[in-house]
Amino acid sequence: MKSTLLAGALLAFATATSVHAQAIKLADVAELSGGGATVGTNWKNGIDLAIEEINAKGGVLGRKLEVTHADSQSNPGVARAQVQKALDAEPYVLLGPGYSGSVKVTAPLAAEAGIAQIMGGEAAELTQAGNKFLFRTSFGQQSSMPKVAKYIHDEMKAKTVAVVWVNNDFGRGGRDVVVKELDRLGSKVVADLSTEAGQADFAADVAKIKAANPDAVFVYLNEEESARILKELKRQGVTAPLMGETTLIGQKVIELAGDAANGARGHVGLTTDAPVDLIKAFREKFSKKYNYVPDHNGLKGYLAVYMVKATTEKMGKVDPKKFADTLHGLTIKAADEPGILMDVTFSDTGDIDRQSFLVEVVEGKQVVKQVLPKVK
Amino acid sequence: MSNLFDLLVAGLATGAIYALVAVGFTLLWQTSQTINFAQGEFVMLPAFLMLAAMHAGAPFWLAIILGILLSMILLGLAFKMLLVDPMMRHGVLPLAIATMALAIGIKEAVKQFFSAEASPFPSIVPTGDISILGHAVSLQSIGVLAVAILAVLGLTTLLNRTSLGHQMQAAAQNPTVARIIGVPVERMILLTFLINAFLVALASLLITPIYLAKFSSGEVLGQAAFIAAIVGGFNQVRGAIAGGLLIGVLDNLAAAYVSTQYRAAVPMIFLIAVILFRPQGLLGRAEERTV
Repeated sequence: MKSTLLAGALLAFATATSVHAQAIKLADVAELSGGGATVGTNWKNGIDLAIEEINAKGGVLGRKLEVTHADSQSNPGVARAQVQKALDAEPYVLLGPGYSGSVKVTAPLAAEAGIAQIMGGEAAELTQAGNKFLFRTSFGQQSSMPKVAKYIHDEMKAKTVAVVWVNNDFGRGGRDVVVKELDRLGSKVVADLSTEAGQADFAADVAKIKAANPDAVFVYLNEEESARILKELKRQGVTAPLMGETTLIGQKVIELAGDAANGARGHVGLTTDAPVDLIKAFREKFSKKYNYVPDHNGLKGYLAVYMVKATTEKMGKVDPKKFADTLHGLTIKAADEPGILMDVTFSDTGDIDRQSFLVEVVEGKQVVKQVLPKVK
Repeated sequence: MSNLFDLLVAGLATGAIYALVAVGFTLLWQTSQTINFAQGEFVMLPAFLMLAAMHAGAPFWLAIILGILLSMILLGLAFKMLLVDPMMRHGVLPLAIATMALAIGIKEAVKQFFSAEASPFPSIVPTGDISILGHAVSLQSIGVLAVAILAVLGLTTLLNRTSLGHQMQAAAQNPTVARIIGVPVERMILLTFLINAFLVALASLLITPIYLAKFSSGEVLGQAAFIAAIVGGFNQVRGAIAGGLLIGVLDNLAAAYVSTQYRAAVPMIFLIAVILFRPQGLLGRAEERTV
């Protein structure tokens, strides 16, 4: 009887100690293969880098961070299955996916489990469905497109604009916001051209732009299609200034389009070329560890982990149920938490407000021309 | 009006490339009853062979030569000896299905060895414009058209004006009689496979700077060329040329004046109409085989 009691006491003690020293478990589901492999790999590497840094400094509230990575194969169906599997292991916070389509089908699962999901998707609708557990790491289209429209109207002084967009959730979402904003500001949309994902031939679309003779062209396509249309615009001699988002002036687009990318401008929420010391330091650490320069998805993964750290420290305890409530309305200052890189505020819908950048491609390189301040 | 002119020029340039690929379709069908459903992937692969040569340090001109030679070996000689010859005796349908499998194999291999992402590809024609009838036309469009026209002229001269061409035609029209009069039929068939490989490599060189080098880029091209060959007439080289140009122009006009979503449907509807009302194709002749 005595020995049973002793064993019981020992077991209870051992369990209590292990709970105290137990790592905080995060689950990541990302596009590690398939069409989004570049997105997912950058995101994953950013997460690993942040966790390594945090653990080296003693973890969060004295506990180490641990992450499991699962591959969505860039496929929403697989992403859903992987997220379900990840949630079954009861993680503290869910990270990813990066594709809006995959976020759309996985967000209800995380919300049902009451687990906060910090993701990379940018489609406007994601945070408009009333989900209380979903958080962005970058601008949604409803935050970035008004800045784009304002730049086209105020800085480019364009009275007429051609809008080219890709016919999917991402493209349609961006097009709807930008057209509405341009209309409000008084710039007239003279050509509104929908294109297909994976489209190879843009000759007809560019001929239409040429015929409309706009003061500026807004291009909102995926990276490869952006490169193809840039080449075709150059081929047909369209000289109107080009404006887009990250997908028009990204490193991959510049590599694919070559000379044709020169002069294109884009609004960028996050870029490793930003004139911000903390971002420069991040870029250096990342390049040293992985031997390549990350894109904005590397930044997003890194920020996601620091969002977890800052929110948990704000709560003063590891409580998955209170996590989402705490992050809503929270402002994290880079002076207090350098890992967050720039001051950021989270809205009640999980959207973010942060400064952003206006980038132009000059001789094959992204050059930050202007820093656009936080909206509020 | 200037819009229409731009669309016509762009459509003709793309159509000329479709024509090169479609001519290859008809040649293989004529001489060996091979319907090559991997023809699109045959256009995609040479660009990657040229890129591989450039990665290995070869200058662009040498990479082009190596790419064309390797294509002729892989997509001409090896294709015929390792796939067409063994499958031929089982009939046209098993062979067609085997080429579909080959298409999947080539695509997956390129994805595995290179990457699923697109790569840039240099253009043989410099960028810039020249003025034609008061319209600015890009040098690239002119260059693509010129190279494709030269290739087609060279091919028709070979077929119609040389002894070799006559022997190829004889081998295609009636192999038994051709053999009796001493035409080396097997060698003539091999020659058409090599010509097809040369044409697809040339098409690859012209189209890849515009479409980018990507494992999946053959899907669109293969389909467009197949439609072009049927519309023009599967049994006539000149039919395939006309079909290619027609589909290129039609595709561009449909994208501009119908809608981008339905651009792929317009050539298909045209194809159905041709099959219903003129099954031998616009320039084809009923129940006859000639090169």
